[in-house]
Amino acid sequence: MIAFEGVTKRFGAWTAVDSLSLTVAAGEFRVLIGPSGSGKSTVLRMMNRLIAPDAGTIRVEGEDIARLKPETLRRRMGYVIQNIGLFPHWTVERNIAAVPDLLGWPKARVRDRVTELLALLNLDPERYRGAYPHELSGGQQQRVGVARALAAEPQILLMDEPFSALDPITRGALQAEMAGIHKATGTTVVFVTHDMDEALALASRIAVLDRGRLVQSGTPLDILTDPADDRVRDLVGREDWGLKRLAVETVAERLRPGETAPGEPLAAGASLRQALAAMVARGTDRLPVADGQGRPVGTLHLADLLRGPDRS
Amino acid sequence: MSRLRSLLTDRLVLGLLVLAALVLGMPALKPLFAAAFPALDRPLYEADGFLALTLDHLALAGGASLIAVLLGGAAGIAVTRPFGREFRGILDAVAAMGQTFPPVAVLAVSVPVLGFGPAPALIALTLYGLLPIVENTVAGLESVPEPVREAARGMGMGPGALLWRVELPLAAPVILAGVRTAAVVNLGTAAIASTVGAKTLGLPIIVGLNGSNPAYVIQGAVIVAALAVVLDAGFDRLAARLTRWRPGTD
Ligand SMILES: Nc1ncnc2c1ncn2[C@@H]1O[C@H](COP(=O)(O)OP(=O)(O)OP(=O)(O)O)[C@@H](O)[C@H]1O
Ligand SMILES: [Mg+2]
Repeated sequence: MIAFEGVTKRFGAWTAVDSLSLTVAAGEFRVLIGPSGSGKSTVLRMMNRLIAPDAGTIRVEGEDIARLKPETLRRRMGYVIQNIGLFPHWTVERNIAAVPDLLGWPKARVRDRVTELLALLNLDPERYRGAYPHELSGGQQQRVGVARALAAEPQILLMDEPFSALDPITRGALQAEMAGIHKATGTTVVFVTHDMDEALALASRIAVLDRGRLVQSGTPLDILTDPADDRVRDLVGREDWGLKRLAVETVAERLRPGETAPGEPLAAGASLRQALAAMVARGTDRLPVADGQGRPVGTLHLADLLRGPDRS
Repeated sequence: MSRLRSLLTDRLVLGLLVLAALVLGMPALKPLFAAAFPALDRPLYEADGFLALTLDHLALAGGASLIAVLLGGAAGIAVTRPFGREFRGILDAVAAMGQTFPPVAVLAVSVPVLGFGPAPALIALTLYGLLPIVENTVAGLESVPEPVREAARGMGMGPGALLWRVELPLAAPVILAGVRTAAVVNLGTAAIASTVGAKTLGLPIIVGLNGSNPAYVIQGAVIVAALAVVLDAGFDRLAARLTRWRPGTD
């Protein structure tokens, strides 16, 4: 879907992105992570041509984007910028409708789409469609920013720290909404963060950047179990590494099918981290597991949870 | 009833009513002026109609302000575009220099160059009005937050859409403040422009001063004052409309 081939970007003497090669597959949830100043935003801005690379080629669906009209390219991509950037003089409705309006959608369709998106992001449409950005809380503004980027059903969604500066609860809720939206729409997402927990929770693949270079690219499990070097090890955290690793696997993957155990069953889709928390809370080393419909499917044993991940 | 009351306490409506009464009904006040200034043979300025003077005054001040808005706005927009950025310094210098001349001086300087009549007055007023408009246009456009600009470009707005849909509406309150300054100054300076041969409400004032006729002075001055009140109230109304989206304005 998106391919960087030896892309370099310099600002004066500073090399912000250094011969970066990176691919984002169609439908993937790709998270870019790295310390402040590592070039994450610059990479994102090159994808929609807000910044032109000094060297290298960027392709979107095989096409060199340098040959495309920037406006056309950008209208195919939703963009959530690091500082939200809502239009203060427009209502929530007009903000969300910005790209559909540019594309000339009929009024009725735009209105329906705005209603749909507000509902999707848990903002009461009747209460908020006429509000101005300054009347919203920070979290609500970020939701509107996401809705605005999703409005024209883009094939690609670029998100630059969309949930920064939010309290952990709101942040968690928005992450869950984002994961749901990705699942439902199949949009290709490129998501920038410097929070490893967020990256592990959302990514199908993670790219770790440092000083404009790609340090490692892989699934959350790859990053956790096989960090490329100390910089990645620092990012995943040394103390709570174990908990992070448990968080990226589900109970279903360690299940002993057919067995039963007493007590309230755990969902098969829950993370191993949640399972461990439940075991500690209940003082047991065995938990019953149920599927989405609540039917028992087996049990989870502490010993299986402690064993390393299946890498078959 | 309450609607009528709110209409009558509205500064704009009230100002317009007083203005219309003064412009059209000044001859009816002749006995009043005669009683107030018994020593005067002619207590009412009758050489020109007050309606004609008012319209000429407005045409001069309004015309100059309009030209200044078009030119100043264009210059302000140009120096904030990539192609005009290099002229920013020159424009700032000219604006700063121009601001140190009082309007009367601009008027006095323009006569030897342009002669007498409404033309030099129009040009002098336009020049003076340009400065606050240019400055505020530049300041307003530069006050647009960078993230807002980036979001607009990132979603596929071209330079035209960015300017008309985002930058100008956001800069509008600041630009309007500049236009207001220019218009208020022009309204006053247009009165002085009678000294260089433009027929405005300044004419009765100047004739009155020269001929020791305070009644003439008052007649010209109260209409200018009423115009100033209407202008001020009108700009207030417009400013409120342009800043509806701002915190704490509703
Ligand atoms: N327009 C610019 N002009 C000059 N330098 C820039 C510009 N944009 C970015 N840089 C520099 O490039 C480097 C990478 O910046 P970038 O914004 O991509 O970092 P980031 O990884 O997004 O950081 P953060 O997590 O703080 O947002 C930084 O050192 C920054 O100072
Ligand atoms: Mg950044």
